[in-house]
Amino acid sequence: MLGILASIIDGVLVGLVYGLAAMGLTLIWGVMDVINLTHGTMIVAGMFGLFLLTAALGLSPYVMLPPVLIGGFFAGMLLYWVAVHRMVGRPPLMSLLSTFSVNLMLIGIGTAVWGTALFNVEVSLPGVSMGRYTFPGAHILAAVLAAVIAGLMYLFLQHTRMGKAVRAVANNREAAELVGIPTTRVLAITVGCGVALACVSGMLIGTLFPFTILSGDGYQLKSFVVTALGGFGNPVGALFAGVALGVLEGAVTPFVPVSWTLVIEFVLFVLVLIAFPGGIFTSRRGAL
Amino acid sequence: MLLLRLTRRPFFWIIAVAVAVFALAPVYGNNVSLRESLLLAALYITLASNLNLMLGYAGYINFGSIVFFGLGGYICVWLVNSYNWTLGPSLLVAAICVSALSLFFGLGILRLRGAFFALSTIGIVEAVQAFAENFTPWGGSAGIYLSSDIFTPLGGPARALWVIYFVMVAVMGASLYLSYAIRSSKFGLGLLAIGQNEDAAAILGVPTPIYKALVYSASAFLPAIAGGLYFFKSAFIQPSDAFDLTLSTESLVVAMLGGQGTVTGVAIGAYLYEELRGYLLTSSTFANFQLVISGALLLLIVLFFPGGLMGWVYSRFPRIKKVLE
Repeated sequence: MLGILASIIDGVLVGLVYGLAAMGLTLIWGVMDVINLTHGTMIVAGMFGLFLLTAALGLSPYVMLPPVLIGGFFAGMLLYWVAVHRMVGRPPLMSLLSTFSVNLMLIGIGTAVWGTALFNVEVSLPGVSMGRYTFPGAHILAAVLAAVIAGLMYLFLQHTRMGKAVRAVANNREAAELVGIPTTRVLAITVGCGVALACVSGMLIGTLFPFTILSGDGYQLKSFVVTALGGFGNPVGALFAGVALGVLEGAVTPFVPVSWTLVIEFVLFVLVLIAFPGGIFTSRRGAL
Repeated sequence: MLLLRLTRRPFFWIIAVAVAVFALAPVYGNNVSLRESLLLAALYITLASNLNLMLGYAGYINFGSIVFFGLGGYICVWLVNSYNWTLGPSLLVAAICVSALSLFFGLGILRLRGAFFALSTIGIVEAVQAFAENFTPWGGSAGIYLSSDIFTPLGGPARALWVIYFVMVAVMGASLYLSYAIRSSKFGLGLLAIGQNEDAAAILGVPTPIYKALVYSASAFLPAIAGGLYFFKSAFIQPSDAFDLTLSTESLVVAMLGGQGTVTGVAIGAYLYEELRGYLLTSSTFANFQLVISGALLLLIVLFFPGGLMGWVYSRFPRIKKVLE
């Protein structure tokens, strides 16, 4: 019984990081109706950024948070200009294809350079024990950092001028343009923020689990599940849904082989989409 | 009736001539390397034409078309290996099983529309791959090896490769005719209407959920046979080969390159892509960057030529639309 409780608590911790990752996906989705299929690879980019920087500089992994965040932001801006800009306002299927093709290029380069070997970042932090179980310090710190970054993102969207512009563009792009909001710049910044969130969450996941260049697919699928649960384009819902997914994973892990977890999550994704097309954690008024 | 009507159009005979050329070209002079290259081209044409049924006609992106190919391969190889079936029946049973399964799943996931459907096809690949890795009769992640005796009923390995080639070309021809027949039928018009505007199509009386599930299932049949042939030929199957993301992606690239929604374009696109790929794989610099190049190609097409090759040809020579569909 205590074992299940412990794995559920651990699920909450990991789930916060999943929620942060999904926030990046849902932000872009909600603002411009573009599904970013490079999401998984951007998560992996955060992991590799962490790995390379810690290997090169020998500093604590958590010092790498600002460079990964900034790097992710610029990678996102670049992604916007390369693959998204011409797709905004066209059928969503076209932007699926364009981000998918960018993803292929990134994965192709990644596998050519690093192969598909397993990488690992050593983190030594004291854990917190509860009876026979010890929660690793890395999990706790990752969850705290994820919650803080998500909170900052929320404050940015709610209370800054730029954040309000992002929400305005999400509501109605033409109207935003009419009142003088530079929509193109806002869209580019939104993609930058979304990708930065993906990279940072990837970095945090990198401190928890070993990873390969292809790990992104699994985390991307998790982000889709979380997005579907939380409601499309709803960053706060994404955070709660991430926790819900983490708890589910924690509760399921003791009973099911690991390779089936993704399948269960996928089935959940389809069921949620069919039963609650608007998401479970959606508030009545508009999402963003 | 539909077939009879189609024989009166020139395009029907153009396909027939193309398939005959495909089948006979390597026989002349017993050219084995040409046969292998054309076999791969026929595989690409089969996969891309069937993907096109979803992508080009109904406007639904299927990122998981490789599942049909891999699952067909698995069922066929399994029947040959564990039950000593011959190639013909195992191919047929594999294709029927895969089609039936996709009809069943199609009725479920095709309730999701547009982008959500595309996302769930990614999940289907994960799910089927997880199943194949955990299903012990299929050898788990180690896969199934076939003994070399399997070629004996076909007259030894050398002759078997020719038989496999001819069957593959026949499957390719069937794919082209299937694409063409669907395009010319009422069913195809319904699908095109769904591709244009699904709500409007539903209001006008197109039974959209059934049509979508049917075309999903129809697009599974021939790729499953192709998968069975392909893995029977290599006498070995494992999950990472059977559900390889690359092939799935390449079918998308091919369909977009030639022009989604056209029959000719997809076939030409597949042939061109196969030639390009053969060139890239032999040059040592590019062998590792195959995904990068398909990705870049797809991006360029999506950004600048969404109509593909045939889109360009049609806009330059509108008359040709009547002959090459």
